[in-house]
Amino acid sequence: MVSAPRDSRSVGLVQPQVAHFAEALPLACGRELADYELVYETYGTLNAAKSNAVLVCHALSGHHHAAGYHSEEDRKPGWWDECIGPGKPIDTERFFVVSLNNLGGCHGSTGPTSINPATGKPWGPDFPPLRVRDWVHSQARLADYLGIDCWAAVIGGSLGGMQAMRWALEYPERLKHCVVIAAAMKLSAQNLAFNEVARQAILSDPAFDEGRYLANDAIPAQGLALARMVGHITYLSDNAMAAKFGRDLRSGNFNIGSEEGVEFQVQSYLRYQGSRFSGSFDANTYILMTRALDYFDLAREYDNDPVQAFGHARCSFLVVSFSTDWRFSPQRSQEIVDALIAADKPVSYIDIEADEGHDAFLMPIPAYLAAFSAYMRRVGGDA
Amino acid sequence: MRQDLTHIVRWIAPGSRVLDLGCGDGEFLQQLRERLEVRGTGLEIDDGRITTAMGRGLDIIKQNMDEGLGNFPDQSFDTVVLAHALQAVRHPDLVLAEMLRIGRECIVTFPNFGQWRCRLHLGVFGRMPVSRLMPYSWYDTPNIHFCTVRDFEVLCREQGIRILARDMVGGPGGENRLMARFWPNLFATTAIYHITR
Repeated sequence: MVSAPRDSRSVGLVQPQVAHFAEALPLACGRELADYELVYETYGTLNAAKSNAVLVCHALSGHHHAAGYHSEEDRKPGWWDECIGPGKPIDTERFFVVSLNNLGGCHGSTGPTSINPATGKPWGPDFPPLRVRDWVHSQARLADYLGIDCWAAVIGGSLGGMQAMRWALEYPERLKHCVVIAAAMKLSAQNLAFNEVARQAILSDPAFDEGRYLANDAIPAQGLALARMVGHITYLSDNAMAAKFGRDLRSGNFNIGSEEGVEFQVQSYLRYQGSRFSGSFDANTYILMTRALDYFDLAREYDNDPVQAFGHARCSFLVVSFSTDWRFSPQRSQEIVDALIAADKPVSYIDIEADEGHDAFLMPIPAYLAAFSAYMRRVGGDA
Repeated sequence: MRQDLTHIVRWIAPGSRVLDLGCGDGEFLQQLRERLEVRGTGLEIDDGRITTAMGRGLDIIKQNMDEGLGNFPDQSFDTVVLAHALQAVRHPDLVLAEMLRIGRECIVTFPNFGQWRCRLHLGVFGRMPVSRLMPYSWYDTPNIHFCTVRDFEVLCREQGIRILARDMVGGPGGENRLMARFWPNLFATTAIYHITR
């Protein structure tokens, strides 16, 4: 890692690395991946005792590039740069941070756009369906590869928080703290419904061709964009959208006698988000990831009893929610907290007053950063 | 540490499990952890105080006890503490009942509204009392359910709550200690109760 002078609170220039795994990974679906790669980044320095490592799990459309910049020309830093860096909640002066692109992703880790060794062509829709637990098992292999026996903390927001909770149940001895931000133990019917609309948008795009678009040298851009637009609405709150766009017009007017159509700012914003996303994300990956999200149910194999599930955990927990998050509302977080209390596990919980909806977990909200930093100081003290 | 807190430490067993309702910045729980290796959990609603308490390495939950404590299982704590907050909750009787359900023993401290200064304020000056411990005006006070030592003991009797021990704090500098002990309803500024079912 080279440090860029850009900003003293940035991890600076970072470079993705690739870990190759030749040992087959058995998957929840019954199939296995004989061979796979995970692309990851690290920030900070692993101490001699290897006790200061922190794993960051990404959300639905995330990837390994969580902090810093890939080049001097980069305009935007990694997706969680607000929280990772010197003096930030996940303080890289103290912690060795590992952030990977999950299996099935489209940013370098083995996934639907990779070559299927059996056919010599991209996997496309034939890539095995994955569950959150498969990601957790592959992340444990990455920990082995990096020589990390026990994480000081496994941390994630949204779908990342689900991975962190699954870690606490699957590998209880391998993490000391579990930080679960804006997550839930399972999706609600409303959550499932939004994901289905997103998938249908992709599946019904003629260019999708049952997922074999890469062979046609095409992408279902329209479907992906629509999927992202729907998703994006669920990440924002009504208040946040009102404040950001209101009913402002981008073009046109409502003058009497004028036939000119109007375009609201929010329309153009959503279209921009959609088209940007469709140019950078793989449709099969989006379907795979939303299904993993849909299928996640923390307590399913524990008689649907979250208290019994968390009974297996050995770590301490921090749970964070945001007041206007309606995708994974504070109530979902309180269910996690209540189950942890009933299971007699150490847990801290804070609900942050924030207007930003689900997206708040990515934002520099002072009360959020302060509480997150305070908890991470405790994590550092235990490392 | 606030006077009432130094008094109640001796009722808490080493290594026990303590729930502190309205734990503030966690100073008391930290002391319990350091002195008695107590495993504590705190409830608080103020983000700033929660953050300070988290920074002390304590388990803190943001929860408003006026909205219930039903998420805490029966008899899951050795001791539940409510220090100087009884007068600020919406339903003191229900909170007491919940505390006794959650904890084997409970410790409650509250300002005694029957203390002579309060009586003087009200009886002679005809004004609601304002003091060091209760520095608010009637219209902006978080203290919505004042009671006296006698009121509290009547409630305990009515609810079948057993008083294991009580202690009284006199004046702010520790004066009037004996007076507070013998005539608590008139001389105690703060009442401290150790109760159980």
